[in-house]
Amino acid sequence: MRELSLHVLDLIQNSVEAGASRVDIYVAEDSGVNRLTLRVTDDGKGMDPELLRQVLDPFVTTRQTRRMGLGLPLLEGAARQTGGSVAVTSVPGQGTTVTATFGLNHLDRAPLGDMAATVMVALAVNPELKLGYRHRREGSEIEFDTEIIERQLGRVSWGDPRVAAWTRETIRSGLTRLSEPEGTGPAHDKGRLGYGT
Amino acid sequence: MKSLEELNRIRQQAREALKVREGEQPNRIVVAMGTCGIAAGAREVMTAILEELAKRSLGDVTVTQTGCMGLCEHEPLVTVERSGQPAVTYGNITAERVRRVITQHLVNNTVVGEWVIATKR
Repeated sequence: MRELSLHVLDLIQNSVEAGASRVDIYVAEDSGVNRLTLRVTDDGKGMDPELLRQVLDPFVTTRQTRRMGLGLPLLEGAARQTGGSVAVTSVPGQGTTVTATFGLNHLDRAPLGDMAATVMVALAVNPELKLGYRHRREGSEIEFDTEIIERQLGRVSWGDPRVAAWTRETIRSGLTRLSEPEGTGPAHDKGRLGYGT
Repeated sequence: MKSLEELNRIRQQAREALKVREGEQPNRIVVAMGTCGIAAGAREVMTAILEELAKRSLGDVTVTQTGCMGLCEHEPLVTVERSGQPAVTYGNITAERVRRVITQHLVNNTVVGEWVIATKR
């Protein structure tokens, strides 16, 4: 995949396929230890130990249309070529967590890419999904959570094109603020997106 | 917060529009969002669809997804279902092409023949 954010979208799709009603995305960029971490946690049906053991094998899939499952092996390849790795933990009936680590400054690391588009599209095609997204960069953090937004506003049609545009813009501007040096903007702006701190 | 107020305004407008459309059979755009589709550009195609629908205020269109259709070499795949007409699947779609599909097929009711890979009644 051209961008790591596309892997995140693929993982969210896996979670939805596994019956998840909530997915949490965590991205951490830490130059101190030269590491980029992506973590996707869901409350889907989980995997039994047998499937979990084979989950990084491209010739294993639960799908019927083609006999290869490429998502996780591609992610593992992308992580390993930067000195990183992929870990999958799962409890049947409770959910699955996929954690991928990458060498942050490694020349072979794909760019993180457009996380705002990933979150927007994930919600547009899965409007019933509850989604949390936390992004940490060098000690500052932003957070976006559909459940908190809906607690304040009531039901939101995440598939509506205008809501999708709002979602993308809100996350984009949050990520831009996250890149600003400390002290250049109101501190609370780096907190919860769209609904204050 | 301005941001939340803005979302609330959009949300209320969407509700009003939904009331007006109640009972209508909506047109549908279906994007294949399996791993193969995502790797080939489905996210960018979906983004372009959402932008185009917002720009043209096409409220009678539902955007949805399907998984891998087993036609990975033709990804990204987009199916257009106009109310009462056969479903038309377009292959090797880009953000630019999907804008033309929306204008020509959804708005002007003319199938874009050059990119069609399947038609289903």
